[in-house]
Amino acid sequence: MNFGRTWAIFRKELIHIRRDIRSLIQIILLPIMLMMLYGYALTFDIKHVPTAIYDQEQSRVSAEFIRRFQGSEYFKVSRFLSSYGEIDHLLTTRQVQLVLVLPFDFSRPLKKKGTTKVQVLVDGTDANTANIILGYVQAVIGVYNQNVVTERLDRQGLGYVKVPVTTESRFWFNEDLESVNYIVPGLIAVIMTMVGALLTALTVVREVERGSMESLMSTPLKKAELLLGKMAPYFVIGMVDMLITIAMGQFLFGVPQRGSFLLLIGLSALFLIATLAHGLLISVTSENQLQAYQMAMLTTFLPAFLISGFVFSIYLMPWPLQAMSFLVPARYLVTITKGIYLKGLGLKVLWPDMLMLMGASVLFMSLALKKFVKKIR
Amino acid sequence: MTTSSNKTAIRAEGLTKRFGTLVAVDGLNLEVAPGEAFALVGPDGAGKTTTMRMLCGIMDPDGGRAEVLGFDTVKESERLKEHIGYMPQRFGLYDDLTVAENIRFYADIYGVSKAEREARLPELLGFSNLTSFQDRLAANLSGGMRQKLGLTCALIHTPRLLFLDEPTFGVDPVSRREFWAILYQLLGTGMSIFLTTAYMDEAERAHRIALMHRGRLLIDDTLEAIKEKFQGELLEIHALDLHAAKRALADHPLAKQVLARGDRLLVTVDSAAAALKPFEIILQGAGLSGARLDKVEPGLEDLFVQMVQQEGG
Repeated sequence: MNFGRTWAIFRKELIHIRRDIRSLIQIILLPIMLMMLYGYALTFDIKHVPTAIYDQEQSRVSAEFIRRFQGSEYFKVSRFLSSYGEIDHLLTTRQVQLVLVLPFDFSRPLKKKGTTKVQVLVDGTDANTANIILGYVQAVIGVYNQNVVTERLDRQGLGYVKVPVTTESRFWFNEDLESVNYIVPGLIAVIMTMVGALLTALTVVREVERGSMESLMSTPLKKAELLLGKMAPYFVIGMVDMLITIAMGQFLFGVPQRGSFLLLIGLSALFLIATLAHGLLISVTSENQLQAYQMAMLTTFLPAFLISGFVFSIYLMPWPLQAMSFLVPARYLVTITKGIYLKGLGLKVLWPDMLMLMGASVLFMSLALKKFVKKIR
Repeated sequence: MTTSSNKTAIRAEGLTKRFGTLVAVDGLNLEVAPGEAFALVGPDGAGKTTTMRMLCGIMDPDGGRAEVLGFDTVKESERLKEHIGYMPQRFGLYDDLTVAENIRFYADIYGVSKAEREARLPELLGFSNLTSFQDRLAANLSGGMRQKLGLTCALIHTPRLLFLDEPTFGVDPVSRREFWAILYQLLGTGMSIFLTTAYMDEAERAHRIALMHRGRLLIDDTLEAIKEKFQGELLEIHALDLHAAKRALADHPLAKQVLARGDRLLVTVDSAAAALKPFEIILQGAGLSGARLDKVEPGLEDLFVQMVQQEGG
């Protein structure tokens, strides 16, 4: 290793970057756009479900029942219907996702027999959402039932009834179960995997395509000097991208940051080295820039999205996927960001992930060095 | 450094390279003395570039070996690279870097100190006339100037041996002459030059010439010695209708070979004096009375054509 030659490559790359401002702006804007897109689109919170109500009875009792739904932030009662015919149209055109039908004799059986029926129609296109909506409906009705029962017992002088087991639930780390709080830390890892690999994936193969690689090969330049000199400037840009995404998470999405900021930056830097080395490996094995670009997209974004634990829990996956996930550096950063952001964890807990990131850096870098041959074949 | 390096700049023994079933370089033997300009001549696809790449240590041979400046081109390629300058057909200039930045980059890669670089630059820029273009982007240079910039970069570390792969391909004649003026200056400093070219007139400027055809050397000698290898004598014929003249002479027993080249016909005969009269009569008989016949000195190209023909036949 000769520092002078590494520095020469570094300086040259900086000039390339400086003379190509458009690409620089793109690589800065890319993570910002992805953060906005996924940060806002990827929400699993269901609130303000558009709801229509067909109240056939129009009584004081039915109105009181409906008020329960109107008072909840989970429902947005937007339509009151006067015929069955309207329901079909509203559901097919997705104007509402939930319809409650209160029959003509809603309150009579309630008074006489103590029980009555309500029809609930849910748009089942998206099964997950449908289940959640149904859950909300049952919860609201559950509260209504409890009130009615308590009232009756009260009237019979049995006001105080003991229930055998009651649950006292509290959610830790993400108290309000805001999905943005666990999506954004993971999102940073997914986006930076892609950005990091894209940064370096074109750098070596570009020299081959331009024809400058043959000249470089005829000089005493060492392989490690070339790769390190190429990686260094993109590390700087990558860290800028990293800081931007972290800042967006904090200020735009309001994700709580409970751990050490310095630790987050340090481990992010380590992660960046791994993903930049991944990009270099792609670059030295590709034949042209287009191929390198496609490989970078294919081998970073999808694995980082699907098998990093970002959205889907790794331990629920079949074992081959679980095994593959060990090779995805994003997996460790997802653990790290979620841990630092939500749980305020330190190295005492996160050290295995740090070690794995170091291992990934060494692995990708040595593969790149091995695959890069300073000869024409 | 071994002692042999003082006697030879390049020595190749049985150098061979295959690409699949194609034998690009076939058991090549050659020797280049220090301070010599050596030209490897041949048509496209003869194996010139492959030979040069192997000698520069950027391509490993499949057979044979080569020693350049005393270094084995496979085992000691990295040490060899410190002492050679290599200018491939497309030199690795960076279009988005200026002339000065390109030079600075190669200087840094070769570990040339700032003081050395600054001492050397006026001379290098001076003979390449690039002094006033230092801040121009390489993308905006003409073909001839790009070539000179490439040469400057390849020379920044004062190599002992310079490899030039078709250095004046696509360069205008004036730039080509200037380029050669530079090369002669370099030879004056004791540098050795190994170049490939498809232009015969360019090869004739070198001290020694090797003709390469289908991966093999047909001949390897000085220009004078090579010209003496020409069998027979050469007649040049100017006529209004070259096709008719060619038809008329093609089957003549004295004409060993008839070739059209540009606006003239070249006929190889055993003796020009003996053939002159019979040819004139035949051409007149074919209605080409205005035809002019002259005896000419065979050039490199004529010899090359003859040798390829003999090789094929």
